[in-house]
Amino acid sequence: MSSQQHPFVTDDSKVLTETRDARLAGQDDRFNSRLREAFGSTPFILTKFDKFMNWVRGSSMFMLQFGIACCSIEMMHTYAVKHDLDRFAAGVPRASPRQADVIIIPGTIVSKFAPRMKRVYDQMPEPKFVIGMGSCTISGGPFQEGYNVIKGAEEVIPIDIHIPGCPPRPEALVYGVAKLQERIANGESSPVVVKPYELEQFGDLERDEIVEQLAEDIDTDDLVMRYNWGDSP
Amino acid sequence: MSLEEQLPDTVEEGQSADELAELLGDLVIDREDHVNAPGFVIRPDTVQDALRRLRDDAGFDHLSCVTAQEYEDRYESIYHLKKYDDPTQEASVVVPADKEHPVSQSAEPVFRTADWHEREAYDLIGIDYDEHPDLRRILLPDTWQGHPLSMDYDQDRPQIVSLREHANPLQEDQRSDSDSDTMFLNIGPHHPATHGVLHVKATLDGEQVADVESDIGYLHRCEEQMCQTKTYRHQIMPYPDRWDYISAGLLNEWAYARAAEDLNDIEVPEYAQIIRTMGAELCRMAAHFLALGTFALDVYGDFTAIFMYAVRDREEVQNILEDLTGQRLMFNYFRLGGVVWDLPEPREEFFEMTRDYLDRLPEHLEEYHDLVTGNEILQMRTVDTGILPPEVAKSYGATGPVARGSGIDYDLRRDDPYGYYDELDWDVIVKDGCDNYSRLLVRMLEVEQSAKIVEQCIDLLEDWPEDERNIQSNVPRTLRPDDDKEIYRAVEGAKGELGIYMRADGTEKPARFKIRSPCFSNLQTLPEMSNGEYVPDMIAALGSLDIVLGEVDR
Ligand code: SF4
Repeated sequence: MSSQQHPFVTDDSKVLTETRDARLAGQDDRFNSRLREAFGSTPFILTKFDKFMNWVRGSSMFMLQFGIACCSIEMMHTYAVKHDLDRFAAGVPRASPRQADVIIIPGTIVSKFAPRMKRVYDQMPEPKFVIGMGSCTISGGPFQEGYNVIKGAEEVIPIDIHIPGCPPRPEALVYGVAKLQERIANGESSPVVVKPYELEQFGDLERDEIVEQLAEDIDTDDLVMRYNWGDSP
Repeated sequence: MSLEEQLPDTVEEGQSADELAELLGDLVIDREDHVNAPGFVIRPDTVQDALRRLRDDAGFDHLSCVTAQEYEDRYESIYHLKKYDDPTQEASVVVPADKEHPVSQSAEPVFRTADWHEREAYDLIGIDYDEHPDLRRILLPDTWQGHPLSMDYDQDRPQIVSLREHANPLQEDQRSDSDSDTMFLNIGPHHPATHGVLHVKATLDGEQVADVESDIGYLHRCEEQMCQTKTYRHQIMPYPDRWDYISAGLLNEWAYARAAEDLNDIEVPEYAQIIRTMGAELCRMAAHFLALGTFALDVYGDFTAIFMYAVRDREEVQNILEDLTGQRLMFNYFRLGGVVWDLPEPREEFFEMTRDYLDRLPEHLEEYHDLVTGNEILQMRTVDTGILPPEVAKSYGATGPVARGSGIDYDLRRDDPYGYYDELDWDVIVKDGCDNYSRLLVRMLEVEQSAKIVEQCIDLLEDWPEDERNIQSNVPRTLRPDDDKEIYRAVEGAKGELGIYMRADGTEKPARFKIRSPCFSNLQTLPEMSNGEYVPDMIAALGSLDIVLGEVDR
């Protein structure tokens, strides 16, 4: 683990030694955690609250259990024995988006699923992070030319880390997660991205040919996602 | 055994093509020859009549697949029929429909499985099926405009997809109407028990399931379109890996390889066939391990022991496959006419590693049987739940472990032999419990048989003379099968009969590429198994079907 992931660890060798010695005197070694060794026995830590929170976020990530396509098989392998993502403080998949901080998007996103994925993403509490796993979430991957395939997850939700591969090996996913942790701990926020596809009310769409055609089938206050395939990369 | 062609115009041991034509009598307006079977062209309003005659009088009780396609001057649906007793006996019923108003009679009253197949044909091609009970889109969203595999489809036009069908069950009271007791429950598409992105709409009566409807299409990746825009020789092969992606890659590749090799008259050297057989069976083992692990997850909610054990075994199998193919999951190892490279050097190491694993396997399986099949808690949950009687399974076109768990003795590896299977000593596992437990047991016992096959292949490969290790036959750089040559060929995938239909048009790309996915047909049986059962039994039934959405939706 890099020292960057512990931004609050101060060099306590000089300043705190006296206090620590004074406090430790007379105690047995029951209080001998490594944390205590690092901090000394003082109850005070000098760090910025922001930094502390970033460290906490990076060191305890709850993943959303979210399987889409082939990449999710490698994702499951990453969670399970041998690769054991839990070693990196990021291993317990949660079934509900309301309990998760990180969503790994493991697969191809198609027109029918994108609104649903957006909904799941919206249900996650802030701050939330997104890992795009596999070529499909970057560009549509091998299915890029498909009539039904979204050309990358970034068309729908912002992504913090892209992991290339088809599928990425579990080692690659672990590396991606570690990179994300590092970024979170350093307080780097994800770049704001343009999201061409939004959930919006049908009535708010600009009225053109296709909207007219569907006007009978869809209520004006229904949520819809409009795909302008011609504009996709 | 090499991939010999069945002669197109005779059907071995059964009825000859002429006898069948006689049986159909004046229904037949024309005859066609497909590479795999004789084709009978009939009028679009006599579909039920023709299929009923073939089923009742000639024994064609398996509607394997329905292919729809558009020509310059007409639409066409092809019903690929087989027999459960002998799948080498095939017949195709070809139904042309009018270009302006493509209407064709539905086959649903004769074969239940036609329900979904025809909905798919309507969705993607745009043929209207008369008398179909519920003809609406199946893979694409309801609001989609146009039929993407028809000729005049413009891929760039915008589409609007609504979120209405995903109503939040907590938002409003989901009771169906004021004085009824039933409740509507949405499961999925993001739900841990649906094995991916399946959406199950369940109507509950108390705790019992009154009705379930699966809503699919959340992973419809246009696989057929992709294959239709790629060349036979090299470009199509990577796609099959992504149909059934639970490590069953080589089995899927074989489906394409078999169909394309028969279409182009390509021979495969014996040595390559042995390697294929070994690789395919390793894939089957890996796929069945995951089926076991996720089934335990569904039934026990056990993310710890059994799931982890299953993944451990998969890791070992994947290591072997990685040594062989260079990849963990998406192998892209088969080539038309053979495989891409020989076993890894040093060969002894590879053999030793594989043997090592196979030696440890019986102990692992013992462990599974202790934990799972021999466990009374699991037995209480699974024995006699999710009943699927054999006749029902047949009418839905169920295949693979789902059919074999219902006592249907049907395995293409033995019944329609390809590869090296008929030279080896192994058994088809059949259990007649028809319940969740039988389906699970069939898979676990199949792992043993697969191991047996791999072991024999290893022995053969080890003794193979060094100068006869021919991994690929000579295949031209570009393949252009004759115009209008049609073929439908299937192999036994991990989930059942995986079939490919291809029509050539004289170019190096197929004019129509249709995938018959076993999971698609198997999933149709879900309401039969779970109506009237408790909700957790429905989840168990779904788990025991072992579907993979990449293959259901394609
Ligand atoms: S990137 Fe490749 S492996 Fe991953 S979901 Fe897409 S096709 Fe499947």
